Amino acid sequence: MGYPHKSHPKETVVLSQYFGDADARTFKGWTKRGGYEALAQSLKMDPVAVTDVVKESGLRGRGGAGFPTGLKWSFMPKEKKKAHYLCVNADESEPGTFKDREIMRWTPHALLEGTAIAAHAIRAEVAYIYIRGEFTEPWTIMERALAEANAAGVFGTIKIHLHRGAGAYICGEETALMNSIEGKRGNPRIKPPFPAAAGLFGLPTTINNVETLAAVPHIIKRGAAWYKALCLSNPKSTGTKLFSVCGHVQRPGNYEVTMGFPLKDLLYDMCGGPPAGRTLKACIPGGSSVPILTREETEACLLDYEGVVATGSMLGSGGVIVFDDSADMVYQIMRLARFYAHESCAQCTQCREGTAWTTKIMERILAGQGKPKDLDLLLDLSENMTGKTICVLSDSCAAPIVSGIKKFRGEFEAYLAGKRQPVMVG
Amino acid sequence: MADGMINLTIDGAPVSVPPGTLVIEAAKQAGVLVPHYCYHPGLPVAGVCRMCLVEVEKAPKLQIACATTVTEGMVVNTQSVQAKDARQSVLEFLLINHPLDCPICDQAGECELQDFVFQEGQAGTRFGEFAKRFNPVEDFGPDVLYVPNRCILCTRCVRFMEDVAKEPVLNVSERGDRAFIGIHPEARLDHPWAGNVVDLCPVGSLLSKDFLHKARAWELDKTASICTGCSQGCNITLDTRDEVVVRVRPRPNLDVNRYFICDHGRMHYRWMNRGDRIEAPLLRRDGELKAVDWDEALNHVAGILRGASGKAVALVSAGASSEALAAAKRLLSGFTWTGAFQVVMGEEASLAGVPNLALRAERAPNAKGAEQLGYTRDYAPAIAAAKTAAVVLVLDDPDCAVVADGALIYLGTVLDENAACRRADVILPIANVAEEEGTFTNRDGREQRYFQAKPAPGMAQPAAWVLGELARAMGLAEVA
Repeated sequence: MGYPHKSHPKETVVLSQYFGDADARTFKGWTKRGGYEALAQSLKMDPVAVTDVVKESGLRGRGGAGFPTGLKWSFMPKEKKKAHYLCVNADESEPGTFKDREIMRWTPHALLEGTAIAAHAIRAEVAYIYIRGEFTEPWTIMERALAEANAAGVFGTIKIHLHRGAGAYICGEETALMNSIEGKRGNPRIKPPFPAAAGLFGLPTTINNVETLAAVPHIIKRGAAWYKALCLSNPKSTGTKLFSVCGHVQRPGNYEVTMGFPLKDLLYDMCGGPPAGRTLKACIPGGSSVPILTREETEACLLDYEGVVATGSMLGSGGVIVFDDSADMVYQIMRLARFYAHESCAQCTQCREGTAWTTKIMERILAGQGKPKDLDLLLDLSENMTGKTICVLSDSCAAPIVSGIKKFRGEFEAYLAGKRQPVMVG
Repeated sequence: MADGMINLTIDGAPVSVPPGTLVIEAAKQAGVLVPHYCYHPGLPVAGVCRMCLVEVEKAPKLQIACATTVTEGMVVNTQSVQAKDARQSVLEFLLINHPLDCPICDQAGECELQDFVFQEGQAGTRFGEFAKRFNPVEDFGPDVLYVPNRCILCTRCVRFMEDVAKEPVLNVSERGDRAFIGIHPEARLDHPWAGNVVDLCPVGSLLSKDFLHKARAWELDKTASICTGCSQGCNITLDTRDEVVVRVRPRPNLDVNRYFICDHGRMHYRWMNRGDRIEAPLLRRDGELKAVDWDEALNHVAGILRGASGKAVALVSAGASSEALAAAKRLLSGFTWTGAFQVVMGEEASLAGVPNLALRAERAPNAKGAEQLGYTRDYAPAIAAAKTAAVVLVLDDPDCAVVADGALIYLGTVLDENAACRRADVILPIANVAEEEGTFTNRDGREQRYFQAKPAPGMAQPAAWVLGELARAMGLAEVA
């Protein structure tokens, strides 16, 4: 894998400061850059005090749900009666998202340091970093970094294990991830019980995303107030966030901006906009599971948790997928549906059958064999697949269908009316 | 209302249940059966079929009744438009890949998919011309076939093998709509309790080879009975078609067998249908056995008993009812009495996930009852005593190798060509367990009643009736 682009002046470089700097990957290089100072500082602090700093900073989960990190840590039992676990979700599988990969590739020690601080804060002896199976290079880099850090003995009594995923998207769902670590089939669990009560191996567990934990050392070192001040719009969304931009832009890649940054500036100024002669048509702002935005919505969208919701989508994981006017939205949505049908764990009826059925209808429409009632049927199936299952995979399949039909109905109808050349999909 | 109970309302009916009760169980108390597939009270909760979605007031979305615990003041509505729509959509999703081959499916008539679709499904399909998922039938084990096309992936079978039998040979293989129930490539579904997966399967996906195409569910008469396979005393249902026992299924009893029976018990019924039965009382006249009517037979036996004195031996089956055993003892009360029984022993096979539930080594249902009535397990001395006894009564033990100088009276269902009891002076035909009502006492001392599932052949009568009539002919006082 290659080197990242140079930082754009409009970026706020915190997590990505050493992206492209191979020396920062080494333990020596990392400590030279101030690494592991935050950990040393945290280990001297009371776990509650560490949690309070993170609470105060306003840091929210970067995996997609945006749950306040410090609050999540504080859900762990006050009185420790059993072993506590920390799980790190490095199973980055959300289509369009590739930020955690870069954190692990370039700053593995940032993740390890954040992991150790979090483990200390929740009083966990053992932390598991669950790394996506396809991430061969990040795996190798993380392994080397962990060996170096262990050799230096920086983690004290905290033991960190790396666990390799086997390629299932659903294992990025927190409870499926725990099942997977336990050696079981990666099926999401019914909640409650929530992980803080009964998580990994049935013991109190906290699970955090890679990017969330990578931000923690900075917060400890520079203080909650500094982090909290990184905010351009809504005070409930603080800090910086990595956005992985892909699709029809001239300079795709990871960009780190302050919360509340305009999506328009990210796409046009930093990514260079659509290729020459093309115009922006649509954008999925938070990974494939969130509703699609039109050009108008995209250009009005502010990149923080509240801002994206206000424009009708979600910040999600920050995987920004851009479509220009050459994109066939019906085809794109079919590809998303097919992905979810492929990845459904098969537990819940609506998801197992609904994702596959949805895909079949989408393929039929593309093949020019759609029925006049297909759009209503798709919307009805999507309704039946939303909010009724154990996890949100089924909802995630429905989101682009519903927003796609709502916002790009003309393209669907063109296929149904035989006004578009059928696309053979096998 | 009782202290410490949780009060809630289900479909307008107030219910009081202990804390920790699941909504789906509380609903049963309100007389409401929430449609469900994956939930089974004998298995860990999976919450995957999503069929039991109900509306809970103040909850932001529909909740599954099988994984939601009751709370004080909870208001549950199973019949709201939202809840019914959600369940109807689950049924639609389940049916898109279901073959609807009910006319050739053994489960038809007792199929939960059929039942709930009839109850709240929609008539048509919107799936259209798409091909349904196909997977060939698999041979899972000695008695179990898997028909994947009918499978709704409720995972009851997987959870039974994993959490109850503790022999996890089944799994969900593959993902999405390609998923099916898989079996370990080197394993067979041959656990001694494996047959329960057939009962647990809510559809016709797991089938019993033994019952395959034997009967349609609606042709069956069902009778509450007790398994005679061992001393556990599992509660069962005898399914009869046209007065032939065709299937044995577990009948829930949380204190004895929960929802399960072992395969030995499940297959232990063919003898109940034996055709070569003793059908009339037989008296030995001039060295030959002659058929007579009951009056003559009873008078004859009463005459033998009145004319004898001294020692009497009763050699009984531990499968006879307690009523028959008590009557036999009473009949011989004028003699110096010895009663004994022998029990065939086999290998014990426990169901690991349920305490105190096993196929017991002692393969008879009423050994404990016999013991409590004073019969002894010291069989050899009793056989020796029989040689010189004035009267020997053998109760339904055709294999009994008895030699008697005195009168030998045999009450039985069958008598093989070379049986020792062929030499008896009197042979009286009795009903078998499926043909009478009676009581067994299981190994833990629990007295359990069984009922008549089919008529006895010919003139055969329940042993308790025969022995009671003899007592009456003898002029013995009625027992209070």
